[in-house]
Amino acid sequence: MADLFKLRIITPDRVFYEGEAEMVEFNTTEGEIGIYKKHIPMTVIIKPGILTITEESETKTAALHAGFAEILPDQVTIMAEIIEWPVEIDQDRAEQAKERAEERLQNKTPETDIARAETALLRAMARIEVLK
Amino acid sequence: MASMRSIKRRKGSIQSTQQITKAMKLVSTVKLQRAKGRAEKSKSYFECMYATVKSVLAKSGNIEHPYLKSGSSKKKAVIVITSNRGLAGGYNSNVIKLITKGDFHKEDVVVYAIGSKGRDYLSRHGYQIGGDYSDVIEEPIYADSMRISDDLLKAFAEGEIGEIYLAYTAFKNTVSHIPTLLKLLPVDTDGIEDVDGDKALMNFEQDEEEALNMLIPKYITSLIYGGMVEAVASENGARMQAMDSATSNAEEMIEKLSLQYNRARQGSITQELTEIIAGAEAIS
Repeated sequence: MADLFKLRIITPDRVFYEGEAEMVEFNTTEGEIGIYKKHIPMTVIIKPGILTITEESETKTAALHAGFAEILPDQVTIMAEIIEWPVEIDQDRAEQAKERAEERLQNKTPETDIARAETALLRAMARIEVLK
Repeated sequence: MASMRSIKRRKGSIQSTQQITKAMKLVSTVKLQRAKGRAEKSKSYFECMYATVKSVLAKSGNIEHPYLKSGSSKKKAVIVITSNRGLAGGYNSNVIKLITKGDFHKEDVVVYAIGSKGRDYLSRHGYQIGGDYSDVIEEPIYADSMRISDDLLKAFAEGEIGEIYLAYTAFKNTVSHIPTLLKLLPVDTDGIEDVDGDKALMNFEQDEEEALNMLIPKYITSLIYGGMVEAVASENGARMQAMDSATSNAEEMIEKLSLQYNRARQGSITQELTEIIAGAEAIS
């Protein structure tokens, strides 16, 4: 049996997930990481991407958009500002948002908020990806 | 003694007021239940956020960071969370008192108002209003507090304001709400020494300064959001209490007036009888 650690995902509105996990993967500002038990203590900032929770018997995915994670050897706490299960995502809206963000990045003007458009694009892509 | 008709009219008007206060009490009870649920649900996030930021600060030792010391400006931004509606007893004035009675100088304060009651009062009394977000208090969502903290941090970074405070009403339980003034920026590093448990050094993927750059805005946003949901719960709790006592006061007044009315009625009957008897005796 694999080693399990305690995983908690908390959002401002609810406790999104609480349970024992074997591995959790997500996207951070420094790249994608996967965490097993006995990781060194670390705090990472989250970038839009897919969150994969590997439990003993099944894996769960969700679209994780913003927040940070506190990693301790036997416990991981993800403070998520925005996170959604696949069932909560509206695919059409995500597709539209993706097109809008791409369009904004292509026809940039000095007023375009590039950072914002890029985050929007990443978010939309994470949403679409997690639905697949 | 007042005439029977005027007593009756007065009683009627109090009765209809009582009906209104009773209805308002019921409405705010329902709203309180909902707001309480939300405040409780979000509590774990703030507790976690608070603990994390404190432990990150404690474990990363003495670091120099603009968010950890006051800005050069003397101006102090105060986010004032009040309600948009009145009839909530001392709820709004208690929050306002934190600013007017505290050790703030009127000239140094920039008010960021959430809730029109606080905004109107403070602007009438000559405080500078830096921003108005009164529409968000009806149904606070996390994105609102993100917008507010973005605005404030921008002003802080540009040196317009040197410190940021939050004035709101903390919700302890249904009957006790405590007006609270909280310092958001610079982050208080006092008292983080007593963080118990492992002193294992926290690692950051990016350097600490960058990490704090990301963490502290999130910390502030979550505190503002927490302030809003607690304030909504407190507002409804305060209104429920105010309406409850208004209803029972009305009850008392109605009782007193009924007594007076009955006495006046009895008095007029007695008087009529004596007049009739006196008239009959005069004839015989």
